[in-house]
Amino acid sequence: MTPLNDVKLSSLIPGQHGTIHAIHAEHALHQRLNAMGFRIGKKIQLIRRANFNGPLHVRIGATDIILRDIEAQRIQLAA
Amino acid sequence: MKRIALLGMPNTGKSTLFNRLSGASARVGNWPGITVDLMSAKMLIGGHIAELIDLPGIYDLHGFSDDEQVVRHFLSNNHADLAIIVLNSSQIDRQLSLALQIKNLGLPAILLLNMQDEAKRSGISIDIEAMAQQLGMPVRQISAKYGDGCPQALQLAAKQLAEQFNTVLPKDIAKRLEADVQIEQEMQAILKSSVQVPVQLNDATTDNIDKILLHPIFGLPIFFTAMFLLFQFIFTAGKPLQDGMAWLLNLFRTSALEPALASLPSWLNGLLLDGVFNGVSTVAAFVPIIVLFFLVMSMVEDSGYLSRAAFLMDAFMAKIGLDGRGFVMVLMGFGCNVPALMGTRVMRSRPMRLLTMLVIPLSLCSARLQVFLFMIATLFATSQAAYIMFALYMASFFTIFLTAVLFKGQYKSSEPFILELPPYRFPTARQIWLRGWQEVKYFLNRATKFIIFGVVMVWVLTNYPTNVAPASAGTLAGQIGTLFAPILDPIGIDTQLAIALIFGFVAKEIVIGSLAVIYGLQGDALSHQIATNIDWVQGMSFMLFTLIYTPCLSTIATLKTESKSTKFMWLSIVWSLGLAWVVSFVFYQGARALGF
Repeated sequence: MTPLNDVKLSSLIPGQHGTIHAIHAEHALHQRLNAMGFRIGKKIQLIRRANFNGPLHVRIGATDIILRDIEAQRIQLAA
Repeated sequence: MKRIALLGMPNTGKSTLFNRLSGASARVGNWPGITVDLMSAKMLIGGHIAELIDLPGIYDLHGFSDDEQVVRHFLSNNHADLAIIVLNSSQIDRQLSLALQIKNLGLPAILLLNMQDEAKRSGISIDIEAMAQQLGMPVRQISAKYGDGCPQALQLAAKQLAEQFNTVLPKDIAKRLEADVQIEQEMQAILKSSVQVPVQLNDATTDNIDKILLHPIFGLPIFFTAMFLLFQFIFTAGKPLQDGMAWLLNLFRTSALEPALASLPSWLNGLLLDGVFNGVSTVAAFVPIIVLFFLVMSMVEDSGYLSRAAFLMDAFMAKIGLDGRGFVMVLMGFGCNVPALMGTRVMRSRPMRLLTMLVIPLSLCSARLQVFLFMIATLFATSQAAYIMFALYMASFFTIFLTAVLFKGQYKSSEPFILELPPYRFPTARQIWLRGWQEVKYFLNRATKFIIFGVVMVWVLTNYPTNVAPASAGTLAGQIGTLFAPILDPIGIDTQLAIALIFGFVAKEIVIGSLAVIYGLQGDALSHQIATNIDWVQGMSFMLFTLIYTPCLSTIATLKTESKSTKFMWLSIVWSLGLAWVVSFVFYQGARALGF
């Protein structure tokens, strides 16, 4: 579990974690991600990926969330 | 009368609490400012009658999904005396924002923290006193599932109602909903001083189950095997119940009804016995199996497995223009299409929502299940039954995928797919019982409205004019059948079945009831008669047509109100009728060409 520098959530491998550094999303998506617990400074872990380029299963605090790769690309992580 | 609004995030057990508080007295009602129906219940609280309204679960008071707008419009147009906010204790770190948003509106409120057992398991401890003080509203811990703390919560609500008067007018609330900026800071401050969350949270049980059920290779096969076994179980356990019910109803007819009605004029006797009783009792024999179906479905729904299904199926659903939630809606449609259609409100993009609403009516609902159970028992051996049933479910999926693929060009969207995976939960016996009871109530309600009307109409059509033999070509029904013969002959559907199909447009519950009336028979005698009249190829063609064409008037009405488009409603009707005919035609002519 090496800490990561400046990578996207979508490029984590299962088991790795990082801290949310920036969310590059338009207002509506940003608000939705916020409501689900995606906030800057929060620790996030990638649990698994679904087959066939399917969604990512991530964990923030006590909450498990699934989201697609395309949304995960908008979330920038820092060490 | 005092009015209490029940608010909360999705997956917090808010509806469980509503069911617990309201018992079985809930009803659906219309409210100013919003176009959807909300559940409400009148209850005695602190010696006064108060009305409790179950608002949709939302993540964010300021969001822009339909549900979030419904809540805002409700609060901006209806005076509420008290808000009861339900949040999940184990996710309090992100859910507290909703309580603060409501507090900022100036509404008197109490906060109920549900699922304390889950929070405890995750090592979260909450200082209720500290939180209540900082938040400026009373806070209580409850378990909606087991009822712990619920009476105390009610007392608290009564106390608040008596002491605090809501002086905020709905129009002021509307103003305050415009903007609030401090919420985030305030939330952080309260969390910091009153909640301790361990750094690494881990619900080991859920994780271990997920490792198996979300397995990259075995996940999907396990899901489909589990579904198949559940349906197999419903079938096997339901059969004796169904036989017992049919036996009871027959006993009732021969020993009580026939002697009692013997003195009536023969036309009235015929209408009551061969019309109303035959029709209703043939349908009623299926009640046990439908109850069983809903019990099993509600267990699956409450367990958290459906969100996992969305995870597993999303990659595939994306290829046909839908997403994992669409798959879950389709599964819910297996119970009843109407709530599944209403469930699409969580989708923000209209094209995605319309495409999902176009495919939902193709999912094999429990009313159609009745028709298939009857036809399969009539035309196939018991050992084949589960396979035929499974084939029909596959046909249902096939038409859904076909429709989505064909229409996805018209309904393009880039809706983000972000969904919460709740921990696995075991529903309690009470939850299951309440759900089952609601279904029976709903069924009996439909039985009185649609089925009796339907079977009486069928009886009239098959018995008039009186100078020809009942259900023969000379009756009104026979004439209608002849009219449709050019369209229905090529798919193997005869006059009797055609009448049942026409009435099936109103509701699928009528189909079997109408057959009972058309043939003037019930139970085994009806099955024998149908088995001698049509072969399995015709029966299968009839079932395929029944599966695909418009499910019922309620679904059509829901399609219209949810899409707010008459054109879309007609598209759905015309498409499903056309598709039904083509699929039945291909099946029937294909099977005949192969020599069956």
